Order: sequence, then structure tokens, then C-alpha cells
Amino acid sequence: MADLALHGLTKTFGKTKVLHGIDLAVQDGEFVVFVGPSGCGKSTTLRIIAGLEDATAGTVEIGGRVVNNLEPKDRDIAMVFQNYALYPHMTVRKNIGFGLRTSRLSRAEKAARIAEVAGVLGMTDLLDRRPSQLSGGQRQRVAIGRAMVRDPKVFLFDEPLSNLDAQLRTQMRLEIKKLHKQVGTTIIFVTHDQVEAMTLADRIVIMKDGVIQQVGTPSEVFNAPANVFVARFIGAPAMNLLPGSWREGGVALDMGGQIALPGRQLADGTRVDLGIRPTDLAISADGAGQITGAITLVEPLGAESMLYIDAGGVEIIAACPGRTAPDPGQQIRLSADPEALHLFDATTGEALR
Amino acid sequence: MTAGPVLKGAADRVLAAPAAPRRKGHPGAYLRWLLLFAGGLIMVAPLVWMLSASFKFSYELYDLNLIPVEPTLRNYEKVLGDPRFLRWFGNSFLIATIVTMSNLFFDSLVGYTLCKFRFPGRTLIFIAILSTLMIPTEMLVIPWYVMSQKFGWLDSYWGIMFPGMMTAFGTFLMKQFFESVPDDFLEAARIDGLNEFQIWWSVAMPLVRPALAALAIFVFLGNWTAFLWPLIVTNSVEMYTIPVGLKTFAVEQNVDWEMVMTGAAIATLPTLVIFLIFQRFIIRGVVMAGLKG
Repeated sequence: MADLALHGLTKTFGKTKVLHGIDLAVQDGEFVVFVGPSGCGKSTTLRIIAGLEDATAGTVEIGGRVVNNLEPKDRDIAMVFQNYALYPHMTVRKNIGFGLRTSRLSRAEKAARIAEVAGVLGMTDLLDRRPSQLSGGQRQRVAIGRAMVRDPKVFLFDEPLSNLDAQLRTQMRLEIKKLHKQVGTTIIFVTHDQVEAMTLADRIVIMKDGVIQQVGTPSEVFNAPANVFVARFIGAPAMNLLPGSWREGGVALDMGGQIALPGRQLADGTRVDLGIRPTDLAISADGAGQITGAITLVEPLGAESMLYIDAGGVEIIAACPGRTAPDPGQQIRLSADPEALHLFDATTGEALR
Repeated sequence: MTAGPVLKGAADRVLAAPAAPRRKGHPGAYLRWLLLFAGGLIMVAPLVWMLSASFKFSYELYDLNLIPVEPTLRNYEKVLGDPRFLRWFGNSFLIATIVTMSNLFFDSLVGYTLCKFRFPGRTLIFIAILSTLMIPTEMLVIPWYVMSQKFGWLDSYWGIMFPGMMTAFGTFLMKQFFESVPDDFLEAARIDGLNEFQIWWSVAMPLVRPALAALAIFVFLGNWTAFLWPLIVTNSVEMYTIPVGLKTFAVEQNVDWEMVMTGAAIATLPTLVIFLIFQRFIIRGVVMAGLKG
């Protein structure tokens, strides 16, 4: 186990700069998830940590040692790939044992290590099968086993669940989390799925265009997003953003209506975006509520329904209990708890606290 | 995801394509079959003639009948009883085997390097290798001969083998196959501590077995039937390969056509056996080589 630190990491492919100075400190045993849309640089960062790409500038430290000039094999890391990278011509036993080929353990010790890992992952019965004879979930488990067997300082996961169906993904997510609790090794996990990030991470690193947008616990990034990008990327459906101007201790919305934000001070006339999560909007009794609109679409999800509302030309999404969902076409009034409102600078997109 | 099924899938799809639903009884279909039949006949006729002649006595050789009036195994006894023929058979087998091994090793090594590594001049080297495909063997035999003479390789195994130890076609074929090996496999092995040679040998090569089989067959058959260069570079009867040796039956005072035909029939056997066993690899090899140009 080891801590990991990135200092001023940049990466350029030809004329395109894909990483713009990444700084990050990961504690020993921490589960850190890199999340962001395609092309945000999360996989490149992971590959630089692994040693599969060279950084254009900056350093990677693992266990207090700068590893920039070390070969991947000498960095004491193990990586799980998106497509598992299981060798089709080898049995599960050989696949798991492959990482031990260059180790100095005796044959018996290697066999014991493979058996131990197979036991932890519940794959003892599958050891003599080939990857083609395994299901997606089992293959994923073998890939994790192959990483575990080397007992590395840091585990790197590159979108390992994206090839699995939804149900299996949930199951494997749980297994990975349990595994982390069990082995306690530092994990860097890359995904584009914010649900994966929220459920797995001790801390989430949200990236966009090669720049870290925010680093924080799942609760921090959800409840106090640093900017509009983070606010809309984390949480599904995405946060509603209502443009307006600051006036008399509240936001005068462009679409009409005034929402009070007690305890906040801004210069009158400042352009802002008011952020409200769909789950923080509630249908108000007649006459109350700050936002008025007509329901255009109802998306039933079972326990709750998503209401798509046309509020003065702005589309707002609101969640309401599934049993009492109103019908499309209905006019409704919505209110939000002032504590749950987020305020962003309309020009920079940065959060105003 | 595994590479085997990927290769298999791609090849199968292409192979399956011509079998798409076709209207039976359509005039075009009859014409196609007729052309194919004519083509097949032209291909097979000499082989049938060869086989027929190998069972005939010399007096019957120029008769048009395919079934000998008086069939005999005398020709086979004579050819197989000739120690020179066995020597030539052995020479051909040795040369074809060594050259095949060499091609499997070097073609795939170069193909892999050109496919999986980024280095300055990579495309230029690939184009240079490919462009050698445009030079016919007939043009190369003189420089090869001069080279063999200077190095003292005339009338030796090495002299026969050296021009074919690595081929542009094989390099191209292997490069195309390695394209379908996902980089993740190689990177996983890199992290697992293998050096680049081990990655190629233990990870990449097993993933392209169908290509290796196809290449092995192409090269083996090509060398088994090679005539021009072995004819030029060899002098002594002991160094002849089968195709060159068969010629001696034909140019001696009495042209023993029945012996030539019998020798050729025997020489065809290994190629036939290899083709029948591995034909699916040959077809796949052709498909893949053409697929990803």
C-alpha cells in the first residue's frame, strides 16, 4: 500500500494539450474515482500513473518515490482494463498467475497465491476454464484477480464495468467496494458514470478538458459543487439552472418570479444562475411556490416520477413521488428549500457561496 | 473480449458474405456456375492428366484415354526406388521447413513492430517493404546469383533458402493480423513485467495463430514448388529440390514423361494433404490480407 501524488502533470499529443497541470494527493488506502465526460483526460492520467504513457511535464510519486522514469512493471501497480485483457489462450489459473511470471516466488507459493485470490473472488471452481467459457462478470473477476495476485501498492481500474449490463454492473460495483474494504489497497478508478463514482469513491476527482474541476467526497461534490459543470455532471437528472439577476436578497428569475436566498450577499444586478436539483423541488399547494409552469412530459420511474415542466420558456425537471404524479398539461407551482439552492456566477460558472 | 473470436468473427463475416441469398434459376447464376465449372476444369485437367500418366506405360502415354488400358505401378516403383528422388524430396522438405520457420519468426516480428510501435520512419519502412512486392522474381535472380557467388553460397542449402527467409507478403499479412490484437493485451503484459520480446512471443503470437497457420502454408507451398531460383543456384544433383530434380527426368536422352508425371504426382501429395487440412486457414489468410489494406 502506498500514497500517490501527482504534481503539475501535463500531457500533449502532437499539438493537442490533453492535461493541463494535474495536482492531486491520494492517501494510502484511499479509493479515488476519476470521473468526467469522454476526452476529459481521466484515462490519460491513469495511463501516465501506470507508466503506459509518458507525462510531458510533471511528476508521479508512488509511495514517496518519483516513478516517472520507471517501467510499468517496476512501479508496483496493477491495472484492470476496460475489456479485461484476459489472454484467450490461457486458462483462468494461468491468466491470474501471469502476473507472477516474473516474481521470485516458488512454484508452490505461486500456486498458493493464485488459490488465495481465487478464493477471495469466489472463482476456485473456474480455475481451469478459458475466458471464452466465462460470463462477463466472471471475466471481470478474473481480471481483478490478475491484478490482486501481485499484491500491488496501487490498483488502477480503467472503466472496468462499462462492458457489463446494468444489473451486473451494480453487483460488481458492490464487490469492488467490498474488496477494497477487505484488502485496503489504494485504488484509482476511472469511469464516466457518475453513479459509479458516487457509490464507490472515498473521494471523487471530476475532470473536464484536462483540468480538475473539483476534488471532494461524494457528499461534498453533490452538495457543494464548485462550478456549473460539476453541478450538472453529478446527480441524475442534472441540476436545473435558472438564469436571473441578484435583487434585494434574492434572485429575480428571467422567466419571472423572485426566489429569496437569506444569508447571502451580492451586489444588486449581478448576473447569476440559480441551481436547483430536481429532487429539491416540491409541488406546492395552490397559491404558494415560487416557480410556475406547465407539465409537458411525465417520466415514471416507479418510486418517483420525473416531471418535465415548461416554466416561461425554460425547461425544468422536478421529481415527485411516483404514486401522486400529476398529468401532462397540468399547471403546477413549485417551491424549493432555500438551503438546497445553489448560486453560480453566470459569467464564470463558479459557485458563489 | 478476446482476439480469437474477433479475428474469427471478422473472417467469418467476410466468408459468409458471398453466401447471401441468391436467386436460383436466374440466368446470371447459370452463367456464373458455367464459368466456375470451366475454370475448375482448366485447373484440374492437368492434375488428372498427370495422375493418369503416372499409371501408364510409356507406349500408352500419348493416348487421350484417362483410364490406362494396362494400369501399372511400375513408374512409382522406379521413382521411389531412385535414391536421387528421395534426396530431392528430403532437400525440398528441409528447405521448405526451414524457410517456413524463418518466415513465421521474422515476418511476424517485423509485422508486429510495424503495427504496434510508433517510431520515426515507420510508414516509410512499411512502404519500402511493400514495394518489393512489385519486383518480379525474374528480375531478382541475377542480383541474388551475383550475391551467392560473391559469398560462396552457390550450390548450397543456404544459397537456395536465403532469398525467401523473410517475405514482404508475410510481413504485410502479419501486420494486418496484429492490427486486430487489442493494445490492452500488450499493456497488461507490460504491467505484468514482461519485456517487449516476451510480450510479442507469449502474448501477441498466440493471439494470431490462424494467421501463422495461413502464413506457414503459403510459405511452405511456395518453397515446395519453387523452381526458377533453385534451378539457377544449384549445380550438383544432390542439391536439387523436387521441381528441379523432375527436370532431369525430362532432359536426359530419353525423356521419361511417365517418370516426370509420377514424380510430380508424388511431389503433389504433401501439398494436397497440407491444403486439405489447413484450407480454412488459407482462405482466412487471404481474406484478412485483403480486408484491411
